[in-house]
Amino acid sequence: MADIIKKATRDSYGEALVELGKVHDDLLVLVADLADATKVEGFKKAYPERFFDCGIAEANMMGIAAGLAAAGKKVFASSFAMFAAGRAYEIVRNSIGYPHLPVKIGATHAGISVGEDGASHQCCEDIALMRTIPGMTVINPSDDIEAKAAVFAAMDIDGPVYIRFGRLAIPVINGFDGYKFEVGKGVTLKEGADVTIIATGLLVCEALEAAKTLEADGISARVINIHTIKPIDEDIIIKAAKETGLLITAEEHSVIGGLGSAVADVVTASTPVPVVKIGVNDVFGHSGPAPELLKEFGLSAENIVKTVKASMSLKK
Amino acid sequence: MDSELKKKLQRQAAKIRMNIIDAVYGAKSGHPGGSLSIADTLTYLYFAKMHVDPKNPKMKDRDRFVLSKGHCAPGLYSTLAERGFFDVSELKKLRQVGAMLQGHPDMKHTPGVDMSTGSLGQGISAAAGMALAGKIDSAGYKVYTILGDGELEEGQVWEAAMFAGHNKLDNLVAIIDNNGLQIDGKISDVCSPMPITDKFAAFGWHVITMNAHDFDSIEKAFDEAEKIQYQPVAIVQTSVKGKGVSFMENNAGWHGKAPNAEQYEQAMTELKTAMAAL
Ligand SMILES: Cc1ncc(C[n+]2csc(CCOP(=O)(O)OP(=O)(O)O)c2C)c(N)n1
Ligand SMILES: [Mg+2]
Repeated sequence: MADIIKKATRDSYGEALVELGKVHDDLLVLVADLADATKVEGFKKAYPERFFDCGIAEANMMGIAAGLAAAGKKVFASSFAMFAAGRAYEIVRNSIGYPHLPVKIGATHAGISVGEDGASHQCCEDIALMRTIPGMTVINPSDDIEAKAAVFAAMDIDGPVYIRFGRLAIPVINGFDGYKFEVGKGVTLKEGADVTIIATGLLVCEALEAAKTLEADGISARVINIHTIKPIDEDIIIKAAKETGLLITAEEHSVIGGLGSAVADVVTASTPVPVVKIGVNDVFGHSGPAPELLKEFGLSAENIVKTVKASMSLKK
Repeated sequence: MDSELKKKLQRQAAKIRMNIIDAVYGAKSGHPGGSLSIADTLTYLYFAKMHVDPKNPKMKDRDRFVLSKGHCAPGLYSTLAERGFFDVSELKKLRQVGAMLQGHPDMKHTPGVDMSTGSLGQGISAAAGMALAGKIDSAGYKVYTILGDGELEEGQVWEAAMFAGHNKLDNLVAIIDNNGLQIDGKISDVCSPMPITDKFAAFGWHVITMNAHDFDSIEKAFDEAEKIQYQPVAIVQTSVKGKGVSFMENNAGWHGKAPNAEQYEQAMTELKTAMAAL
C-alpha cells in the first residue's frame, strides 16, 4: 500500500487562500491574532496589503467582515472555531446571517482534536450553532483535497459560508479518480446494503476503515461523506435509509445539533429508520494528545464497528 | 521592602520559574512566555498578599484570584503547587490525559483555581462579578485578576471596566501584564490597545504603574491599591515576556511553544544560576 499522506485541513485552508488571492486580486483576509495557527500567515506574506489583523477581538472582526461585505468586498475571516462560531455567534447571526452577506468564515481548531489546550478550546458546538442560522452554508471537509475544494467553492457562493478546519494532520482520502466536490452533495465512498455510515470531517476516514472491518465480518456497510452539513443532501440520505434501513452517523462534534441531528431531521419527516449517532456525548473535552482523545471519545473506526454491530438488531 | 522578605520572594519566584519550564517541557506544549512575565506578581500575591489557605481552598472569606489570561496556567499552577494547594508532582502531568492540570484553568478540578478561564476577555468580567458579590455580602475579601495586554483588545474587557467603574468595585484589582507582545507580534503592531492607563482611568478606575520584576515596586503598587476607596484599581505592570530565560525574553515566538531538550537544559541552567546568585 502506498504511504498515507497526512495533512491538517487548516494547512489546506491557508494554501487555498494564497491561490484564491492570485485569482481574486480584491480578496481580503481578516484574522484575530492567530495568523500562524489558522494558517492565514501565507496570505499575509503574499498579500500584506489585503490582510488585516483585528487583534484578539473576534466579535468585532465579524462585524468588520460584515461591513466590508456590505460595501462590496470579498472577505474571509479566521479564528478558532470556538471564537469564530462561539464568541462571535450573535454577530455572525445578526450582522452576517440576517443580511445574508457573503462573508466566508474559516474556522480552524474545531473539535476535540485540538488536543492539549483542553475543553475551553475544543469546540464541539459550532456546527449546531452555524446550521441554525438561516441561509448559512456549513461545510466540514474530510481531508486536504476537500478542504481546498471547499474554499474555492465558497468563493462562488452568494451568501455566508462557514468552513470548519482541523488542527490535527489527517489522511488524504479523496485523491481517487472521479472525485468531485459539489456544495450540498454527499459522496458515496463505498456501496453497501446492510447499513449506512454517514460521516463528516475526520470521521470519514475512520468510517471507511470501519466498513472494511465490517465487510470481513459479513456486514455490508455503505459509506457516505457528508461534507456539506447545510444545505444537506437529502436525496442521498433518504436513498440510504430506504435501501439499508439503518443509519449510523459519525462526527467530531456534539451529538446534539450536528450531522447526526441533521440526518435525523431528514429521515424523520419522510423515511423513518433508526439513526444511531456517534459523536461527543454531551460532555466537555479535556487536555491530552489528539489521537488519544479521539479514541477515548469514541471517534474511531473501532467504535464505529462496535456501534454498527450493536445497532443491527434495530433494523425492522 | 524588608530585605529578608525580598530575598524570600525572589527565591520563591525563581523556583516558580523553574516549575514553569519543567511543566511546559514535560507537556511538550503550553505557554511559557506570559507565564514567566507574571511569575513575580503571582509570587507576591500568593506569598505576601492574598488571604488564602491551601488546606481550605474554598474558604469563604478568602481573597479570590482569576487568571483572565488563562493560557498562562503554567504560571498559576506552579505558584499554587509551591503554595501547597496540591503536590508539585502534578506539574509533571500537565496537559496529559487524566491530568488534574488542564491546558487552561479548570475551577472544578484544581484546588486554588477560583475561575475557569482560557477564552480571553472573560476572566475580568467574572472577577468583577465576584467583587460585586463581595459587596452585596459586605464580605471583606479582595478579588485580583491578571490580564494580558493583548487581551485588552477584547471588547468584553472594556464592558467589565465600565461595570466595575460604575459600581465602584474598590475590592477589585486588575493587573495588566504589559509585556508588549501577543501571538502575532507586538501589540502596537497588531491592533494597538494603547494607551492602557488612560483608558482605565477614563472608565473611573484608579490606575497604578509598576515594574513587574522588582518586588519593591510591586509592594508599593499593592500597598497603594489597598488604600483606594470607591474605585476599582488597575495596576499596569511593565514586564518582560519570557523573563528569566534569555532566549525567551521579548520574543513572541515563545508565546506558546515548549522548549526542546537542549533549550530546556539551557533554560534550567540560567534559572539555577540566577537562583544561586540570590
Ligand atoms: C477569545 C480568545 N481568542 C483567542 C485566543 C487565543 N490566544 C491565546 S493567548 C493569545 C494572545 C494573548 O496575548 P496577551 O494577552 O498579550 O498574553 P501574554 O502576552 O501575556 O501571553 C491568543 C490570541 C484565546 N485564548 N481566547
Ligand atoms: Mg502580552
